[in-house]
Amino acid sequence: MYNYTQEQLDSMKKVEASRAQRVGAELRRMTAEEKQVLLQNFHPDYIESAYETLQVGVNKGDKVLHELADLLQGKSRVLDMNINLEKVAYDVDVLVIGGGGAGCSAAIEANNKGANVLVVTKLRVGDANTMMAEGGIQAADKPNDSPAIHYIDALGGGHYTNKPELLSKLVCEAPEAIKWLNDLGVMFDKAEDGTMVTTHGGGTSRKRMHACKDYSGAEIMRVLRDEVTNRNIPVIDFAPAIELIKDDEGKVAGAVLMNLETEEILVVKAKTVVIATGGAGRLHYQGFPTSNHYGATADGLVIAYRAGAKLLYADTLQYHPTGAAFPTQIFGALVTEKVRSLGAQLVNKEGVAFMNPLETRDVSASSIIRECKERGNGIKTTDGEGVWLDTPMIEIIGGEGTIEKRIPAMMRMFGKYGIDIRKEPILIYPTLHYQNGGIEISANGMTNIENLYVAGEAVGGIHGRNRLMGNSLLDIIVFGRNAGKEAGEKCKSVKVGKLSLNHVNDFAKELKDAGLNPTEPSPRILPDYRRKDM
Amino acid sequence: MENKVNIYLFGKKYEVPEELTIMKAMEYCGYKLVRGCGCRNGFCGACATLYRIKGKMELKTCLACQQKVEEGMYVATLPFFPLVKQVYDIEKVKPEQAVMMQLYPEIYSCIGCNACTKACPQQIKVMQYIAYAQRGDFEACAEESFDCVMCGICSSRCPAGISHPQVALLARRINGKYLAPKSEHLENRVKEINEGTFVELIEALMNKPIEDLKELYNHREIEK
Repeated sequence: MYNYTQEQLDSMKKVEASRAQRVGAELRRMTAEEKQVLLQNFHPDYIESAYETLQVGVNKGDKVLHELADLLQGKSRVLDMNINLEKVAYDVDVLVIGGGGAGCSAAIEANNKGANVLVVTKLRVGDANTMMAEGGIQAADKPNDSPAIHYIDALGGGHYTNKPELLSKLVCEAPEAIKWLNDLGVMFDKAEDGTMVTTHGGGTSRKRMHACKDYSGAEIMRVLRDEVTNRNIPVIDFAPAIELIKDDEGKVAGAVLMNLETEEILVVKAKTVVIATGGAGRLHYQGFPTSNHYGATADGLVIAYRAGAKLLYADTLQYHPTGAAFPTQIFGALVTEKVRSLGAQLVNKEGVAFMNPLETRDVSASSIIRECKERGNGIKTTDGEGVWLDTPMIEIIGGEGTIEKRIPAMMRMFGKYGIDIRKEPILIYPTLHYQNGGIEISANGMTNIENLYVAGEAVGGIHGRNRLMGNSLLDIIVFGRNAGKEAGEKCKSVKVGKLSLNHVNDFAKELKDAGLNPTEPSPRILPDYRRKDM
Repeated sequence: MENKVNIYLFGKKYEVPEELTIMKAMEYCGYKLVRGCGCRNGFCGACATLYRIKGKMELKTCLACQQKVEEGMYVATLPFFPLVKQVYDIEKVKPEQAVMMQLYPEIYSCIGCNACTKACPQQIKVMQYIAYAQRGDFEACAEESFDCVMCGICSSRCPAGISHPQVALLARRINGKYLAPKSEHLENRVKEINEGTFVELIEALMNKPIEDLKELYNHREIEK
């Protein structure tokens, strides 16, 4: 057993004492009004002091978090460089920036179109949030379900702000996405007769969460990466795009890459470009820990914004209700929502289950924050505080062995620190998990800038202002494939003009005119976790 | 904090707080990581690491993001390992033992030393799944290897030069595509969608006023 504090041990006893009564007890869901009040008072998106108004660019006048504003209005890394755009290192049809689930899906479909594709990625291909998605992927493929019901669930969860054309595409192409993955060899959890094993996620009205144990994203990512290699699609890793390149007609026509190890600069010329750079958890908005991978620093949003692409809902972030709060070694790491899907309740210091565990993520996170901050019912931890997630309930409800079979990664993650989640509850607190907003696209995947496409977490609008569990793995496949097909088709009719970085200079001038004089290099590329007092 | 321990990064001594993981300890010492750091949560296999505790013989392996530091720990990272990945067409491979013989014949040179299993930071029975692969039992190989993060430590310890994670991935893809039972409800739904079954329903929703949509959402029936 881990070295708990006396307070933690005392509280854990109360959780154990109330467990038998709580199993099987139906917990009330909040009304629409209750949720609204809760969100306004406790959701981090509503903390006005965390935001500032953009002074430059297409979204001038819109509010975004300080950390993002610093980068959107930051200093381009190419300003001090003398880049020869005539010296083209790679001349391709489709450039895919980002090697996660969306990028690989796009690359495969563009390759299907016969396009000459190049994938470039900041770390290794597969180093992405996709790899870490544990819980599952939604698709309305059961007889009691339909894309229309999926649509309503996602729309309500997104507070009716999802772009209808994107959401309808998401739900209608979901079953086909699952089939595509299955046909590539992804091992979904199935019953002996082939029926997909599906569960609820927060905010779903049907059990439509498909999973590959709790390695859902990892399993999908491993297969997509393998498929990219099987098709001999070239991949350049450790080569982030630090700026987009346009041509003399203002259409996007490539990117400037930086070799992260040698700092060599490389020019890529491309007929179409797909940004699939993912999210921004590593910007640690409002000081939150994050469940995201090391490279999640919003680079794609930054370079697209400088090129004139419009952002949508960039002010809204998802704080996953259950980040690990303890032990300190895994502070902020994701505890999959599937733990709640399988029956674990959220329980406070006194052993009371204070909410229905399957509310949407924004509501659940706010409720946990309220329980700790306002009601004083949190349990102190090394890094702050948290509430219990009562994992032993899963074994009582689902039978002995359920945890090992359905959430082995969780069992392993805590087991490494001597915590047996089959026997002991775990401490959790919200962690920065997902960028709800991003770059705006149309149903064809293209932005307001000609020949610039976006897919995956970098897109804004699919999920509105809050995403449901399992709709992200879904969107990277649906919109990744979509962008790949569209970009792979469009490139056939594109003639690239003279390459130019004028938009970067123009943006710098706008910053200066607005009285801003940024010095921090942008995009961020990687966070800096070195000791501060060195 | 904090009790401190002494660790040796590539042989150089540093004093770090004892509760840190190896990865966080490296950053505490001033390393700004580029290689050897990916998801930081035990899923991506970027931070394969070898270590030995001063005075002990055993060479240990781990993922740097998952392992706490210990007194006297000599650490060497393995940010890349040259695994052999054979290219194949998933549409054309057949779920037969011969596939393994064609693509990864070296698995039949396994000498049974079990160094792979001992080295696996995910506690997977690696040698066992290679045995399943040799027999063409793709399903068993897939199940046994499912938690593999492809860090490559197993292969770094293998005297037969086997690229275990790639063998396992091939087995899993064959299993997922060809051997696992087909999902009839999925095929049916895809067919219905392609026939346009839901088009009107969805279009009606897309054109509904928000108040109507709120009614639908707030009064939807939730499956037990």
